[in-house]
Amino acid sequence: MAQTANFSKAVRLGLIAGIVALSVSAIGMVQTFDVRDIITGVLTLGQLLLFSTALVAGYFSWQKGEGVAPVGAILRGLVAGLLTAVPPIALVFLTIIWPGIRNSFVNVSADLIEILTFGQTPVVGSLMLLVVMGVLGVIGAAFDLLPRRIQKPLFSGLLWTLVIGLLSEILLLILRPYTPRSVLNFLFGAKGITPITAVIVFVLAVGISAWWDAQGKQAMQHRRAEMAPAKAKQLRRLNIGLGVAFVLILPVIMGTYLTEVADIVGTFILMGLGLNIVVGFAGLLDLGYVAFFAIGAYVMGLLTTQGDLGIGGLSFWAALPFSVLAATLAGIILGVPVLRMRGDYLAIVTLGFGEIIRVLVVSDLLKPYIGGAQGILQIGKPQVMGFVFVQPEHYYYLILAGCLLAVFVSWRFRDARIGRRWMALREDEDVAEAMGIRLVSTKLMAFATGAAFSGLAGAIFASRLSSIFPHSFNLLISINVLSLIIVGGLGSLPGVVVGALVLVGLPELLREFAEYRMLLYGALLIVTMLLRPEGLWPSPIRRRELHAAELDHRPDDSEDAKSMA
Amino acid sequence: MTNILETTKVVKRFGGLVAVSDLTFSIPQRSIVSIIGPNGAGKTTFFNCITGFYNIDEGDIVFNGRSVKGRSPDQIARLGISRTYQNIRLFSSMSTIENILVGMEPQLHSNWVGALLHTPKTVKEEREALLEANRLLDFVGLRGKGDDLARNLPYGDQRRLEIARALASKPKLLLLDEPTAGMNPRETAETTEFIQNLRDVLDITVLLIEHDMRVVMGISEHITVLDYGKKIAEGKPAEIQSNPQVIEAYLGRGAAASATIEVSV
Repeated sequence: MAQTANFSKAVRLGLIAGIVALSVSAIGMVQTFDVRDIITGVLTLGQLLLFSTALVAGYFSWQKGEGVAPVGAILRGLVAGLLTAVPPIALVFLTIIWPGIRNSFVNVSADLIEILTFGQTPVVGSLMLLVVMGVLGVIGAAFDLLPRRIQKPLFSGLLWTLVIGLLSEILLLILRPYTPRSVLNFLFGAKGITPITAVIVFVLAVGISAWWDAQGKQAMQHRRAEMAPAKAKQLRRLNIGLGVAFVLILPVIMGTYLTEVADIVGTFILMGLGLNIVVGFAGLLDLGYVAFFAIGAYVMGLLTTQGDLGIGGLSFWAALPFSVLAATLAGIILGVPVLRMRGDYLAIVTLGFGEIIRVLVVSDLLKPYIGGAQGILQIGKPQVMGFVFVQPEHYYYLILAGCLLAVFVSWRFRDARIGRRWMALREDEDVAEAMGIRLVSTKLMAFATGAAFSGLAGAIFASRLSSIFPHSFNLLISINVLSLIIVGGLGSLPGVVVGALVLVGLPELLREFAEYRMLLYGALLIVTMLLRPEGLWPSPIRRRELHAAELDHRPDDSEDAKSMA
Repeated sequence: MTNILETTKVVKRFGGLVAVSDLTFSIPQRSIVSIIGPNGAGKTTFFNCITGFYNIDEGDIVFNGRSVKGRSPDQIARLGISRTYQNIRLFSSMSTIENILVGMEPQLHSNWVGALLHTPKTVKEEREALLEANRLLDFVGLRGKGDDLARNLPYGDQRRLEIARALASKPKLLLLDEPTAGMNPRETAETTEFIQNLRDVLDITVLLIEHDMRVVMGISEHITVLDYGKKIAEGKPAEIQSNPQVIEAYLGRGAAASATIEVSV
């Protein structure tokens, strides 16, 4: 029988998961994340990170359709889970025989060992770790045995509990002004949600998810299908209206700190929308995108600062067009020499361009004009009829307006002749040219539009911080923006928003992430490429393209075709 | 009858290799002309020279009275030359209808301002382009497949779509690079008829690279044979069939003495 024969997958996965657990422990991630409670007194983020390895290993330790009986599956999960515990246990004992380990691995501290051994002696603690990991492996493996209608609610219950636990600090911040203290103390612990809250959230999420799968979804679809077209349109308008209203009152709900985070996310959304045109639509890999952001910011700074470096002393609104124009021109200037370059070569040259701008900005040569490392201070704030933008809330609306403009432009371009030209270029440059597409104007248009959005983002950024320094414009910004559009979904407008929320918003909110930001980006990019290459929220066409096999003809497609024919 | 395309002593070299050598050749208006020759004879290279993918080293190519030498592929496309490819090169993750719309590029004039503001002119142009694209879709027998991704179409449909895309620019001269490659006999017969229709109904001059001798002999009015980049023969199908040099190029010297080209090859 197959059950006994093939444990190699479970063994392999268990060992891989164990090495992952060992690595995240040894680089200090577990310990850093341990500070944040998810469920007070029960589970910390560090523990979640550590233990999820066994759970995942158990889940993947056997595959449906392999002809594995339930007992065999659970055995495989057990093996995977137990093996996951081996490398961390090895680490625990290594610290005993080699007390000087901290000289080489600074993060292998007594605190970490305490987490790994649950505060017990090494032997007892290791046994406990072994048991816990084994049990988690079994749970992971058993999860796949459950019928799908139970799996899904369970999973969403777990996910919601974890997410709410993780974001408890933010929820607390939002709820504090409106909620009595006693209720808050009941719901939230010192640094996470209380176990009672966790249970409530879990039960609610499981219940709602189960109901939705059993009845809600069908009922909803049924009602939507029955609805008269005029009414459906009305409903859609209402939804859009509610969405807009929600976005507009968001700063009031969120308070100053969270609005500031939203401002940062918004700035990245604006940049992401620009890079999305260059990379997502036209397929031109640009790694020096931060240059246009810097140019927009510096032009805004120079034209509006009240300091010594100021030129013209313009107001924010008067300087804004110049910022955007300067960035656009820079986009075209970069575009001309790289017209004939493709793929990797283009990426390298644009990377160089971004660095050139950064080096120029810090250089002594330009120091008398743009301030060198001291940057530019006292940059002007926007005014509308005597009202001065100061608070993050004020800038929130400015950034929102910028994003909406960028979304509108992207959307109109995508569905127009220029958008088709960009996509043809992305697909096959030679053929596109043979179809009569002028490469020069098409490419320059992409670079110019992308640069304009970035310049706009830079101008608002400079004004919001009222001072800018060269180190704000490093390569990491380009990488951030590129990562967020890839994770969100190349070429997808909602994808940019989702990508920015995940890659920029989350690390801002969860400060422990900051240190491991790049590591997490790398991990997330790899996971995205492996599991969801089209991104978190792909554009409809890409979704069809990559999962075409799974997708039957959508009914609305054939209808469209009929009405067109 | 006037010639739509005339090439005089065209030479294309890749390093020491002469891919096309002293090729003088002409295509009469409203004709179907084939280029044949063994693999590596320089047929596709010659196509690439006409469409501007390669710059020719010597000689001249004149299309409709204008030299295309030194012009970029997009300019040549706008003059009215359009092509398909030996191994299908569609914009594979765009929809069928979008592929055709890209082909219509030389016909379109709207600019980005129009796209942004949806000016009446742009809206009208886009609507008419969509109608025209759908007509073409019908014409090549792909009705109802407009929203399919090009890569999801079956092979035969992809070939058809590539022709539809090439037709979308309203070309005067259409270059088809092995249009029946990989097709079964029934599809081949359909395609042959289709090519004939292009000329008869749409008045398009067709230049064909083809290996299937039934297709070549069946529809060409004129055949040019290339070997090692040189023209070794030209004439009417019947003349080519019995030309000893052609047989030698295809079958080798020994066979040339006794054989004639098997039309059914």
